[in-house]
Amino acid sequence: MADRLAVDIGGTFTDVVLETADRPVTTKVLTTHAEPADGVMVGVAQVLERAGTNADAVGVVLHGTTLATNALIERRGAKTVLVTTEGHRDVLEMAFENRFEQYDLNIDRPQPLVPRRWRLTVPERMNAAGEVLTPLDSAAVTQLVPRLVEEGIESVAVGFLHGYANPAHEHLVRDVLGTALPDASITLASDVCPEIREFERFSTACANAYVKPLMSRYLADLRDRLNAFGVRCPFLMMTSGGGLCSVETAREFPIRLVESGPAGGAILAARIAAELELPRVVSLDMGGTTAKICLIDDGEPLLSRSFEVDRSYRFRKGSGLPVRIPVVEMVEIGAGGGSLASVDRLGRIQVGPQSAGSEPGPACYGRGGRHATVTDADVVLDRLDPTRFAGGTLHLNVDAARDVVEVDVAGPWGGAQGDVYEAANAVAEVVDENMAAAARAHAAEWGKEIASRTLIAFGGAAPIHAANIADKLELDAVLVPPAAGVGSAVGFLAAPVSYEVVRSRYLRLSAFDQSVLDEVMADMRAEAEAVVGPVAQGELSEIRRAYMRYVGQGFEIAVPAEVGTAEGLRSAFDAAYEQLYGRLIPGLDVEVLSWTLTLLAGSKGTRVHGSSSNARARTSTAAPGNDSRIARQDLPEGNPVVGPVAIVEDQTTTVVPAGFEARVDGYGNVILRRQP
Amino acid sequence: MSKIRDQLVWNRLLAIVEEQAQTLMRTAFSAVVREAGDLSAGVFDTKGAMLAQAVTGTPGHVNAMAASVGKFLARYPLVDLAPGDVLLTNDPWDGTGHLNDFTVVTPVFRNERPVALFAATSHIADVGGRGFGPDGGEVFEEGLRVPIMKLFDKGELDDSLMRLVVANVRDPVVAEGDLYSLTACNRNGGAQLLKAMRDFDLDQLDDVGQWIIDTSRSAMRDEIRGLPDGVYRREMAVDGYDEPVEVSCSLTIAGDRIDIDFAGSSGLSAFGINVPSNYTEAYASFGVRCVLGNDIPNNAGSLEPINVRAPAGSILNAEPPAAVSARHALGQMLPDVVLGCLDQAIPGVAPAEGASCIWNPVLRNLATAGGNFTNAPFVINPIFNGGTGARATKDGLSTTAFPSGVRTTPTEVNEVTAPLIIQRREYRPGSGGAGKYRGGLGQTIEIAHAEGAPFVISKMFERIRHPARGRRGGDSGAPGRVYIKGGEELRGKGQDVVPRGATLVMETPGGGGTGSVGERDLAAKARDEEAGLL
Repeated sequence: MADRLAVDIGGTFTDVVLETADRPVTTKVLTTHAEPADGVMVGVAQVLERAGTNADAVGVVLHGTTLATNALIERRGAKTVLVTTEGHRDVLEMAFENRFEQYDLNIDRPQPLVPRRWRLTVPERMNAAGEVLTPLDSAAVTQLVPRLVEEGIESVAVGFLHGYANPAHEHLVRDVLGTALPDASITLASDVCPEIREFERFSTACANAYVKPLMSRYLADLRDRLNAFGVRCPFLMMTSGGGLCSVETAREFPIRLVESGPAGGAILAARIAAELELPRVVSLDMGGTTAKICLIDDGEPLLSRSFEVDRSYRFRKGSGLPVRIPVVEMVEIGAGGGSLASVDRLGRIQVGPQSAGSEPGPACYGRGGRHATVTDADVVLDRLDPTRFAGGTLHLNVDAARDVVEVDVAGPWGGAQGDVYEAANAVAEVVDENMAAAARAHAAEWGKEIASRTLIAFGGAAPIHAANIADKLELDAVLVPPAAGVGSAVGFLAAPVSYEVVRSRYLRLSAFDQSVLDEVMADMRAEAEAVVGPVAQGELSEIRRAYMRYVGQGFEIAVPAEVGTAEGLRSAFDAAYEQLYGRLIPGLDVEVLSWTLTLLAGSKGTRVHGSSSNARARTSTAAPGNDSRIARQDLPEGNPVVGPVAIVEDQTTTVVPAGFEARVDGYGNVILRRQP
Repeated sequence: MSKIRDQLVWNRLLAIVEEQAQTLMRTAFSAVVREAGDLSAGVFDTKGAMLAQAVTGTPGHVNAMAASVGKFLARYPLVDLAPGDVLLTNDPWDGTGHLNDFTVVTPVFRNERPVALFAATSHIADVGGRGFGPDGGEVFEEGLRVPIMKLFDKGELDDSLMRLVVANVRDPVVAEGDLYSLTACNRNGGAQLLKAMRDFDLDQLDDVGQWIIDTSRSAMRDEIRGLPDGVYRREMAVDGYDEPVEVSCSLTIAGDRIDIDFAGSSGLSAFGINVPSNYTEAYASFGVRCVLGNDIPNNAGSLEPINVRAPAGSILNAEPPAAVSARHALGQMLPDVVLGCLDQAIPGVAPAEGASCIWNPVLRNLATAGGNFTNAPFVINPIFNGGTGARATKDGLSTTAFPSGVRTTPTEVNEVTAPLIIQRREYRPGSGGAGKYRGGLGQTIEIAHAEGAPFVISKMFERIRHPARGRRGGDSGAPGRVYIKGGEELRGKGQDVVPRGATLVMETPGGGGTGSVGERDLAAKARDEEAGLL
């Protein structure tokens, strides 16, 4: 099998993994923000050299990136206009007309990506059935052209009311502007997100339009440079939904890439779950600023269709820009190693969401951080080896950690007698409880149980806190995979080629019409095949879902729609509803609002782990004593080490508390179990 | 460990009630609950004191529900309740101020002993009678009134009560579905609580509950103690139904407590804009809580130092059988007048007055439309908002609900639900009061029947005759308007028919400005001009 190359561009680092026949080779290089392809090429050259192979050995490149997300957060996208229905210019800004925080008078609502002066209206109107009430005059569209040219507009989003029901007017705008402005990108809301609810649809379309020129340029540039370097193989992009798509699709719908990095992490955890036959898993990806939690059942991560980019107010729901795209459903909270700890005036310890980030970072880094962070608390608790942190490249300053925890936490929390160790312990308890609470709420929201799952922990800070969180969630096992520091890129290697298509087509089960269902499925299948077909190998499989609710309800639930009959849909709905809400409502009719079809190329079942012989060396024979540290590569095979002990490696430390024992499995995973 | 444990339990309770509210919202049938968030959820100790409430929800419900649980316990003492019991009322005086709000209270038992109660309220679109609107003369005209009763007895549904409810409302499916959804969200909350109690090894919640209340109360008292003692007064006239209503408020800060007295306010209205005292207390105390100690979670302790009084028989302390259906129209104006008092005690915190009252017309078909119209029956209750008042150091928010916590309904959803075409719904330039900081803008909404059939609008609008006043030299926001396009002006309250072929126009009010317009930052002014907001 040819070598496979995975590249994950994050905010700080670009991770590159080359999977060769006998071992994975990884590297981490700094992200080069001005020309992201620069960093990628440096990393690619490094792994090829280390692997002792050359460019033409690479059979496929898999790529995920936060560039689109960063452009949205930093508002660095294209000059974008929204062409919309006359009389409805402000949909994008009026949003839900609500405050996401009741008790703070000074909140600001998210700024729309397209300012009012660039929201242009034309006379046209469809009704909810997709019938034309006011025809669109192409002359009205042509009249917009001089203005767009004069303003130097690079990208156009088109969103009309009820365009999901009939996109004809949006198509007309595309035809007219496409001819008049050949260099501008055009995004149709009815293509990106053909679903009812105009604000979310327009928001998604504008976000796509906003990042489209940038992403298109970047992807073309990267492909050219890889080609020039000799990497001429197929090139696939990781999407936020956890599947791979072609570069052409990614250039058309770059909004589908926004959460690709975190999705890669979830896919990694899902693949480990599948390999080890762990039916129920919760993954925890805890870095410097946030923690992301994902539920994985039977090797499949939870998926959904809604996401908010840039929750700028304490990660609060509603404080970001909504986008409706297929996503691996994760909950993200402001809990990371750099999260700041303080005591509020009620005497409560608060951790996050403010973060010291990586610069200046925690006080113990000695880079100018002056406030207590979770990592400082971990240092006070003696969970990290000050001399071996980050592979020994950063010597942790224990006194600095002790000082800030004393000043910021112990003093205000416990008065003069405040004990620094107790305060640090309380900080860790609070942040662990925050993560456990988020996991619990997330599970409840999706009608899932959290108990009896295996916790898979990766990202720099997760293995430090995982056992305590597992304790709070009553979980018996924690798994820390090897190379957890480049988990997302490793995850890309495990992702299938796939593409999800959505259609809003109303169907009431009491008036079920088989031909409507057959037509919508055939239509979606054709669209998905056009995307997946050219890049997929082997057989294709389908996942069909219906978004259903009782007639009169407001929110739909995702229901497996493999049995496409009224009875099949009804029983699938009953099962899904009962699982979510615990009780069916007797005698009510059920309706379907939207349908999705996901087309997957047969997964190749690639192992995420390298061969076990390379996963670690077995050089040590000495069993560690209690309350000690041990290097991960020195863990003895077979006999478990008993907590309390800290297992140290370059990117992270796994804390094994009293009551847990740890061993290494044949894949190089460290597995913690509650002692019998 | 116990010091940090208490805090962790508190955090857990806050998380549990948030889940409870999410469950309610996701399973609700009433559009106004599921799309708009017109609901509340909370957990209470065995004495009926609120320990935690969801921040999802709307203040009128939450703070009124806080007092409501005590009334449930007065009717059904905890010793007489058993696992599986579920209590229900929509009595305006025992619940949250009008018949449309159903409150469900569920006791939670651990080892056979009651340990807590969960309560949840949601707005059910129709409760019979005249329908949601201000035109009734007595509460008896406003629909079905269910006193505090058992909906479930030891897990067994009271079928007689359910049949009575569904027989008396226009949309029985919604009413029945929502009663189940209220029951389900409390049950989920209870299950989560029991799990938390196992996790933290707690047999009862009373001790940690008392600590939560004491801690919150004392933080709130500290906050108040930092303010200058005094009596601060503010008057505000609002439109009322057929004649203006005077709201007269005196806010007394004395040591560590705040007393709010609405003596001098108008007497009862002959129509359904009267406000029961529980709803008056809810919004008056919210006016204080959104500026004072707003980081202290809302519970019995943080609410205790604020006392609200309105004279018996006044419009803000209406007693049965007064009509109260549209009590929100006046209730939502109360934070403006309370903030007007607080502005004198703590300058530079309170925003200017805003549109405040949500504009939520009930739109429905005319029973006998005549002509050749299909005249499909429909009723919707969409929510539109005006602008909020300019903040002390920022512009107001355009088309944003305040103080209500509700969300709006999408145009496309409204048009799927009803045979109406919303021809226009966009910012209303020039409606924000000028000032150093500009008030938020209102919006213009134009609605016609898809077939040109006549239809009915029931209105509960405010600030048509009495615009939102600016603060510290800021201008007033534009008053609201409601009229037939090219035709007559309509009243702000009550029912009217939009004639065949006509277009209804609503212009929601703008918020007031703060500070003199001469001090406005030139760049801000240029931005507004470029965006066409002036």
